[in-house]
Amino acid sequence: MPEDKLETAFLQQPGMLPPLAIPESTSPFRIARRRFAANRLAVIALGLILMLYLAALLAPWLAPYDPSEIGDVMQTRYLPPSSAHPFGTDEFGRDLFSRALYGARVSLSIGLLAMLVAVSVGTIYGAIAGYAGGAVDNILMRLVDVVIAFPNFFLILLLVGIFEANIMLLILILGLTSWTHTARLIRGEILSLKGREFVVAARALGVRHRLILIRHLIPNALAPVLVSATLMIGGLIGAEAGLSFLGIGVRPPTPSWGNMVSAGQDALLVAWWVAFFPGCLLAVTILSFNLLADGLLDALNPKSLT
Amino acid sequence: MRGYILKRLLQAIPLLIGIATITFFIVHLAPGDPMDMYVERLQERRDVDPRVIEALRQKYGLDQPLPVQYLKWIGNLTRGDLGESFRYRRPVASLIAERIPYTLQLTVLALLLDALFGIALGIYSAVKRYSTSDKVITVGSLVLYSIPGFWLAVMLVLVFSVNLGWLPTSQTRSLDYETLSAAGKFLDRLWHLVLPVFVLGVAGAAGTARYMRNQLLEVLGKEYVVAARARGLPERSVILKHALRNALIPIVTIYGMALPFLLGGAVLIERIFAWPGMGSLAVDAIGARDYPIILATSMIAAVLVVLGNLMADITYSFVDPRVALDAGRQA
Repeated sequence: MPEDKLETAFLQQPGMLPPLAIPESTSPFRIARRRFAANRLAVIALGLILMLYLAALLAPWLAPYDPSEIGDVMQTRYLPPSSAHPFGTDEFGRDLFSRALYGARVSLSIGLLAMLVAVSVGTIYGAIAGYAGGAVDNILMRLVDVVIAFPNFFLILLLVGIFEANIMLLILILGLTSWTHTARLIRGEILSLKGREFVVAARALGVRHRLILIRHLIPNALAPVLVSATLMIGGLIGAEAGLSFLGIGVRPPTPSWGNMVSAGQDALLVAWWVAFFPGCLLAVTILSFNLLADGLLDALNPKSLT
Repeated sequence: MRGYILKRLLQAIPLLIGIATITFFIVHLAPGDPMDMYVERLQERRDVDPRVIEALRQKYGLDQPLPVQYLKWIGNLTRGDLGESFRYRRPVASLIAERIPYTLQLTVLALLLDALFGIALGIYSAVKRYSTSDKVITVGSLVLYSIPGFWLAVMLVLVFSVNLGWLPTSQTRSLDYETLSAAGKFLDRLWHLVLPVFVLGVAGAAGTARYMRNQLLEVLGKEYVVAARARGLPERSVILKHALRNALIPIVTIYGMALPFLLGGAVLIERIFAWPGMGSLAVDAIGARDYPIILATSMIAAVLVVLGNLMADITYSFVDPRVALDAGRQA
């Protein structure tokens, strides 16, 4: 980071006091980490998110039952939560805790992967637009306007519904409809960075455009993207849940939190727990991502770096 | 101003044609054919003569090459003809006209709830920054903002309809609606609106409150607010006259962009409450491959997004004279 180097260079000039008094935490990254660690809610949220992803990863070992095991329906259907079935059972007598764990795999990975698609596309697109500038920038950003003019949830609904998307396609559709915000963010950052001395210096040294972009510009532009990507995962998990709730996202028998709530709505009169638990998990997950994004925003905001 | 609006509207035309074209080809290139689906449903009851299917295809022009279908559709669209639904066998325009009032009931009331509570709570928590009530509002709004609306709706139905029996579980009116007096009818409709409007409005209000709080806090740190305080103005007028006006600018813009929400924002809620609005029309049409309805609802949604953005820019220039409309698009 430039300020950091400047300060060290300044302190190492002959005749100056030896750099004894530099506290250990002067780098912006350290400051950000310390500021983040001081935000209790954000740290708890990060912990929860890691736990949820770990639980999803370990689902086959953590799940007490096979998530699609039906067994004797007359005996086991709609059992209320108990120590044997912490979340109860559904209309087919399947263990809802196990299904929620496997549903976490589906819901959490769709959110994460779709975010990665969106951020990758958005970063490359925005970086090219911002760095090229001029007519290229103009055309590329007009195209972004066109994409934004598509009503987002409606477009996703249309694409997912019409193509009867499987999970891979669902991830692609969610990702490819969510990249515009990242593109705009990156473009703005690159526009303001590309005139800075370190970029001019790199160019004067004959560094290739592609390298300037990859080495110098994009890494410096990523901080705001980190915040928006965190928010985006929460939003995408919510979008997937909404689609699956409508019956056009992840389709049963594959469990996803959204289609579990949908099944629960049909069973509301006899078994409240079917809809209750997967929805709680959804809310906790999305809330955690929002809290994490808040914490990251505070920690990374250069305006509040003191 | 008028020139600017005209220019933006003219610019929107190629944009909308582009959207129409893309939507048309997405819908038609997708697997599954509306006639196959229709026939499948018929076939459950009896054998259908292939000649009947052929006749149906011809009737709806589905036997023609795609470019011809496209040109016909675009041509009709420019004349305001949205075509005829395959499924309901009625003009799409009249179907949509029937559905719009139901959706508007939900979304307009939800937006009012959103603006009223969102702005008020946002101001209150900014003014009482770091107090207990501020913390409750901030955390509470983040929690409400994070809860998926469809799940909240299901849970509220569980508590208030299934368990307590205070509110109806779904539909727009009771079974004995026709027997009620005029006032009774009105109350009955209101009674059915409570849950869906609350769920739609509460998430919006939570988002607005957070945004309002941040905006006001930012403005309260500005020099002119400090100056107003230094001049000894009462706190009330500092906040209402100096800070709030400026803090409201971005909020107003957000409501300008709420236009698409008015017709397309209640898809999930309509589904849950069996509400016969635009959203459920569109979702059912997607399931049934009812091309004319899918295309029409998509186009309406796109037009609303374009108009909403324009409205946001115009309201922005109204509330903030510093914004020059023509320069606004440059950077």
